[in-house]
Amino acid sequence: MSEDTSLKTTALHALHIELGAKMVAFAGYEMPVQYPLGVKDEHLWTRAKAGLFDVSHMGPCFLFLKEGLGKAGAHEKIAALIERLVPSDIKALKPGQSRLTVLLAEDGGILDDLIITRPENDELQGMLYIVVNGAMKHQDWAVFEDKLGAETTLKRADDRVLLALQGPEAVNVLKAFFPGCEDLKFMQSKRMYWNDVRCAVSRCGYTGEDGFEILIFAEAAGDFTRQLLSDERVEPIGLAARDSLRLEAGLCLYGHDMDASREPVEVGLGWVIQKRRREAADFPGAERILTARADGPAQVRVGIKPLERAPAREGTEISVAGEVIGIVTSGGFGPSVGGPIAMGYVAAAYGAPGTKIDLMVRGKARAAEVATLPFVAHNYKR
Amino acid sequence: MTIYYTKEHEWISVEGDVGTVGITAYAAEQLGDVVYVELPDADTEFSKGGEMAVVESVKAASDLYAPISGTVTEGNSDLADAPETVNEDAEGKGWFVKLTLSNTGELDGLMDKAAYDAFCAGQ
Repeated sequence: MSEDTSLKTTALHALHIELGAKMVAFAGYEMPVQYPLGVKDEHLWTRAKAGLFDVSHMGPCFLFLKEGLGKAGAHEKIAALIERLVPSDIKALKPGQSRLTVLLAEDGGILDDLIITRPENDELQGMLYIVVNGAMKHQDWAVFEDKLGAETTLKRADDRVLLALQGPEAVNVLKAFFPGCEDLKFMQSKRMYWNDVRCAVSRCGYTGEDGFEILIFAEAAGDFTRQLLSDERVEPIGLAARDSLRLEAGLCLYGHDMDASREPVEVGLGWVIQKRRREAADFPGAERILTARADGPAQVRVGIKPLERAPAREGTEISVAGEVIGIVTSGGFGPSVGGPIAMGYVAAAYGAPGTKIDLMVRGKARAAEVATLPFVAHNYKR
Repeated sequence: MTIYYTKEHEWISVEGDVGTVGITAYAAEQLGDVVYVELPDADTEFSKGGEMAVVESVKAASDLYAPISGTVTEGNSDLADAPETVNEDAEGKGWFVKLTLSNTGELDGLMDKAAYDAFCAGQ
């Protein structure tokens, strides 16, 4: 780790300033938290049109086999390596398919959540395109190096910009830049070209809306971003609206809704462990995780709907009849819901939707109930 | 009626020993969309600097400190159903509480409009 505590900037930093963004420190970067449109309208714009997010602070990277790239069996070989660290069936990924998974500690605790993509092109088999969380990327990359460094080479995409274009109009905007991107389905990815610039275009995101993530070389990113923004359906969106969008969509934020103390089942991510892996039980912490799956976890992650108007923020205690039974891990206001929303953990006995709970906001018990996630239905293109 | 301002971006409009307190338009702009305001009950006493109210935007919760000592006579009940009034008219209909001032001498330490505008320009 570097001793340097100064904030990094993304290749689009000057553009954010030009657009009037308010900048804050996030994951070691100076990032736009909101633009002049304002958090609430940025959020609603993304649900109605197309919101553009600079997510270059995240950790896009490529993991290559040192030997045998592009040769027969190369995907199976690198899949077997990464499967030492994650519980998902990476081997079964089809070319161009992505999968959400979790990086596991030896005890089954979650070190990070990440998206792993198998490239479509034959010559790239034996490589995986991986996007990890910005705040965790140095840890994750060190794990890859430590556990897989003998057989793989990690290439960080520090020379690229990662953009997310999210919302119902995203596909209509982006198909003018990448003809054919409209044929991708949710969690599919393809190498595409914009003005001869090679890009990775993936139909995914973290807002609950249909949309894309585009990995593009930094030197072309400014022009590309300006052209996207010149479309009247596109507005730049900051981190604050990204947070309220993902909370409404019931999606976890690492370091808040999950961390190394929790295993995937209690987090509600047991579904990332496919049948072949469950049967083989060949991943870190398999006994703990499969026991939680079989017996039910002690705590469960739930949606929380405050019945009064006061938002309950992260760290708010949840109680029933004066006894603390859980804690809020993300909470705030959902502009599309039009009221306060939260998620958190409760003892499993209180996990059923509709269960009445109290949120201890500034010393006062506020009525709430356990709610079904997501708060706003996902709009993915399956 | 005289209006005073604080470095915490509150305003207090004073008539005799009655003060009306709110947050400034500058503060409302900085906070963004206000979604909830928690106000003290009538008859609650505050010393200058005490935590008097909470204002929540989509992003975060912020405290409002008593700009001056006094006893609450009334909270703005309209804010319960229309917290966005704080954004629309921060220094008018978006007022938070009315107080009976217990020490009008404390007003001497506050800023007037010109001093407050200069303070904001330097932020």
